Formats: sequence, structure tokens, C-alpha cells
Amino acid sequence: MSFGGRLSIVVGLFVIAAGFALWAVFGFLLVGPPTVDFTSAQPTGAPVDLTVQTVGSIGNGYGDHPTWVSYLVKDPQGQWIHSTIWKLPAHTRINLTVEQFDSGSPLRNQQWGLVQGTVGGVATYNGKTISAYNSNTGNGVGHTFAIPTLGINIPLIGVSPNANNVCSQAPCSAPSSAENIIKASFMTPGPGTYPWQCFVPCGLGFLYGNGGPMSTVGYMGGFLDVVS
Amino acid sequence: MTVDSTDTAAAGGTPTEPLTGPANQEPRHIWRMVAIWAVLSVILDPVFYFVVGPHVPPGAMTSAAVENQFDFNVLFLIALPVVLAVWVYLAYSIIMWRSSRKGVPEPTGGAQARTHLGVQVGWIVTSTVIVIGLFVFGTVELITNAGSGGGEGPNPIWTPTSASILPVQVIAQQWKFTYRYPTFGGFESQQLVIPNDTTIAFHVTSLDVIHDFWAYQLSIKADANPQLDNVAYTTTRQTGSVTVRCDELCGLWHGAMFNYGRVVSKSAFYVWAKSTEHATAANTKDLPPFAWTYVPDANGADGGYYPDNVDPYSNAEVYGAVPGKPTPPG
Repeated sequence: MSFGGRLSIVVGLFVIAAGFALWAVFGFLLVGPPTVDFTSAQPTGAPVDLTVQTVGSIGNGYGDHPTWVSYLVKDPQGQWIHSTIWKLPAHTRINLTVEQFDSGSPLRNQQWGLVQGTVGGVATYNGKTISAYNSNTGNGVGHTFAIPTLGINIPLIGVSPNANNVCSQAPCSAPSSAENIIKASFMTPGPGTYPWQCFVPCGLGFLYGNGGPMSTVGYMGGFLDVVS
Repeated sequence: MTVDSTDTAAAGGTPTEPLTGPANQEPRHIWRMVAIWAVLSVILDPVFYFVVGPHVPPGAMTSAAVENQFDFNVLFLIALPVVLAVWVYLAYSIIMWRSSRKGVPEPTGGAQARTHLGVQVGWIVTSTVIVIGLFVFGTVELITNAGSGGGEGPNPIWTPTSASILPVQVIAQQWKFTYRYPTFGGFESQQLVIPNDTTIAFHVTSLDVIHDFWAYQLSIKADANPQLDNVAYTTTRQTGSVTVRCDELCGLWHGAMFNYGRVVSKSAFYVWAKSTEHATAANTKDLPPFAWTYVPDANGADGGYYPDNVDPYSNAEVYGAVPGKPTPPG
């Protein structure tokens, strides 16, 4: 083969490799859900109200995985946003409200039935104060809202799978859909990025239930972007 | 510069080249290098051992850490002269035989450049002694130090001699370590707290994929495999903070799978353990009975209760493991 031919092959392979690398970086690694900002709408130091909902399947209006379980967050304007990256002020009380529309099951590790790291070490489940929930009873636990590096864990008790109005896809709303309201408060630490996740292996169809939505930012895990 | 025929050959020259000057003026290069190397090694090895050695990771918080620090120092004491030999030869060659230096003969090959029995034997014997010596040293250290903090599997053959050993179970799951204390009612905690001056047996297992429990300052490192009890021993010698990390790539939040533990006094540990046992009693009764391993339900999304054989909640199987049961929406 001539020198020109060999050079063309080398250059061609280089271009293909470089193109793949660029696609991997810009088309995959740098693509993520939007950051929902809760810092600008609140006076400095005032508690932040953070409302989220969990849905058994996100539906067709929110991306490439309509059957995946997911969180939605209500932005300061009251719109439901499909994002798990939330910008929050540092050293501030966060009043979390979870509208739980998904059904539950026993936990793989009942340790995550314990309310931990919240103000007072408690949460409320449909108005009733709880410090622990036995996932082996009732409707089990659908998901947990956990920030492992901060020691925060809140079990989200599932709705009855036998209810005839279980929400089929997002966005869900009561009373047309069965829901549980779980509330808890926690304090944000200093500035930093803190990953949060669900400890219920709810990735239906994936090994040990921890793939798919459990391993994709924007569904069952995300970041608290805590800023000063 | 004048060279004799022997040094010319060693320097890459040919012995048949005419030499300039009297042979007895040529320095004995090899002995020069040996002398420089020996002096540097005799000076730097003790300097490293006594000045740097006490600060070498992982510190001195546990018996395993102390022994592993000693092992690292021994490795460095052996490696340093080897490194110095290479550096001395390199530096000496650059200085003495650089091409711009006047009188240095052109490097050439030839029969005498191809082989040198003394060098070959010396190289092989030295390398063999070092490698076999390190093998024996490492094995002895593993045996005499109860595994040196490494996971020994479910049936350890190197066990500590302590009369009382505190068992702490490490449960890995995507993506967090939790800890159970079987001698305190089997409570489970997100915190790792252990007493000082105590031999600890870490029983490491996993509820899902393979993780790795790496308690850096404790010098404990043991794989966390599902359905396997991997045991590692150490004896605490200092109080302080411990960093625990997962050291096996285990998924999306592997990088966030860390926490901090504490080695505290025996009395402080007892107070913590009893208070935590009391505070978590309501949840502890909902935990599965303590076992060295657990069998998580592998049927995908249902979460599953472990051990599976005591799962009394039939809805755990609704996602497909049990035929004929309806799949709930959501």
C-alpha cells in the first residue's frame, strides 16, 4: 500500500476515534437534567419548601424511558420538572414534602425503614409522626429519600397496590390518584455537592433492581447543589 | 583521558583500539560507582526509616496498620538501594561517558560487549534473593499478623490470639456501608464506631453486587461479596477518625460510597453501643435475625427482604418471581 493510502487509513481511524470521544463527552457525559434553583426565590436564611413526587412510571412526556420509575420536583413557580438536581442554600432548613404515588414492598435492608438525619429524627406519614416504619407490614416502602453522605434517610411508604386509582404515569395528582404524603425537614450543610439516592432497588427488570432508573441521574438519584 | 582495554570494552569501545596514555591512570569506574552507591545507600536508608518511616501510611492506629507500615518501610529499604544503583549508574554514565567529553571512545559492540558472566550471575542471584526474600517475608507477615488486615474469607486460617474479639458486621449495599453489632442485640447503624485496645473481627458481606470495605487508617481491606462472610482482623491501638471507602467499582454512586468511623475509648464505645441499641430497638426488631450472610431477593425491582427464607410478605414477589400473581401498576 502506498504511503498516501496508509496515511489516509491512519487519519481516518483517528477522526473516527476523536468523533467517538467527542460524542461520548458532549452527547452522553455532559447531558443531564436541568438544575432547579431554590436559592433565588427565598429570602436569605428562610426555610425552603421542597416538594417532590415519586411516580411508578414517568410516562411519555419526559424523555427516553417512559416506563422508568422517577422523581419529579416542583420548581418555585409551581411547575413539575423532571430533574433530580436541586440548588439549595447552605445552612438552611429544608421542608421536604414527598407526594408518594408509587406502591411499595419490603425493604432489602430494613435499616432504611429508619428515619435518620432529619430535624427531630422524625417524619410524618399522612400527618402521623413516625421515626421508623416496618416495611414488612402494610404497603411496604416504595422508595427512600436518602443523602448517604449526610446520614439522612426518609422511608417513603407505598400506596396500596390494590387501590383502583394508582397513578399510571407522571405527573400524578391527588385525589384522582392514590397518594401518601411524607414530610420531613433537614438542614443543609455547607456549600458542596451532595448525591442523594433511593435505597429501594426499584429498577424494574435490572439486576438486583439497581440498574436503569437507579443508576441514572434524573430518575431515582441526583445531587443537592448546596451554595452559600 | 586515557583508558585501558578492559574499561574501553565496558564503555562500549573495542579492546583492539589503540589506547592513549598509561593504563594505570584510568580510574576503576565500577568500583567508583559501587562506592558512591554504597555511601548513598548507607546514608539514605536509615534516614528514610527513621525520618519518613513513622509517617508512612496507613499510620499506627491498629496492629494491622503498624505491621503494614513496617512492611512498607522494609519494602522501601530494599527498593531504595536498587533505585540508587540505577540512578548512580545513570548519573555516572552521563557525567563520565557523555559524547561531548574529550577522550571518550566511540561506543562499539563486539564479543566482550555481548556477555559478562559476573554481571549476569550477579544480576540473577541478586534479583532472585530479593524476590524470594520478599516472598518469604510477606508470607511470614501474613501468618504472624493474623492476615495483616486483609479479608481471609469465611474460614480464616490466620486468627488473632486475643481471648475476646468484638465482631462487627459490615453490610455493603449500593451505595452505602452499614454496620451490625451482634453482641449488642444485633442493632444496625450507619456509623462505624469501635473501641480502642480491642481486637475486632470485621465480617464483611454484601446485599447486592461486589463491593470492597477499605477502612484506610485501620488497614483493613476486604471484599464484600453477596452471600459470603469475609473476615478480617485487627487490634485497635489509638483513638481517632477512620475513613471508610468502597474500593470496588460498584455503580453510579460508587464515588459517594464512603463514610467516616471512629475509634473511641472502651467506655465511650460501651456508652455509644448501649444508647444506640436502645435508640434503634424499634427498628432492630424489624431487621432479619442476625446472620453472617443474607440472601437478598434477586428478582429485580421488588426490593426483597433478607434473608429471603424468612420473608413473610408475599407482595415481595409481585414483580415476577412468583407466577400467577398480578403485577401492580406503578
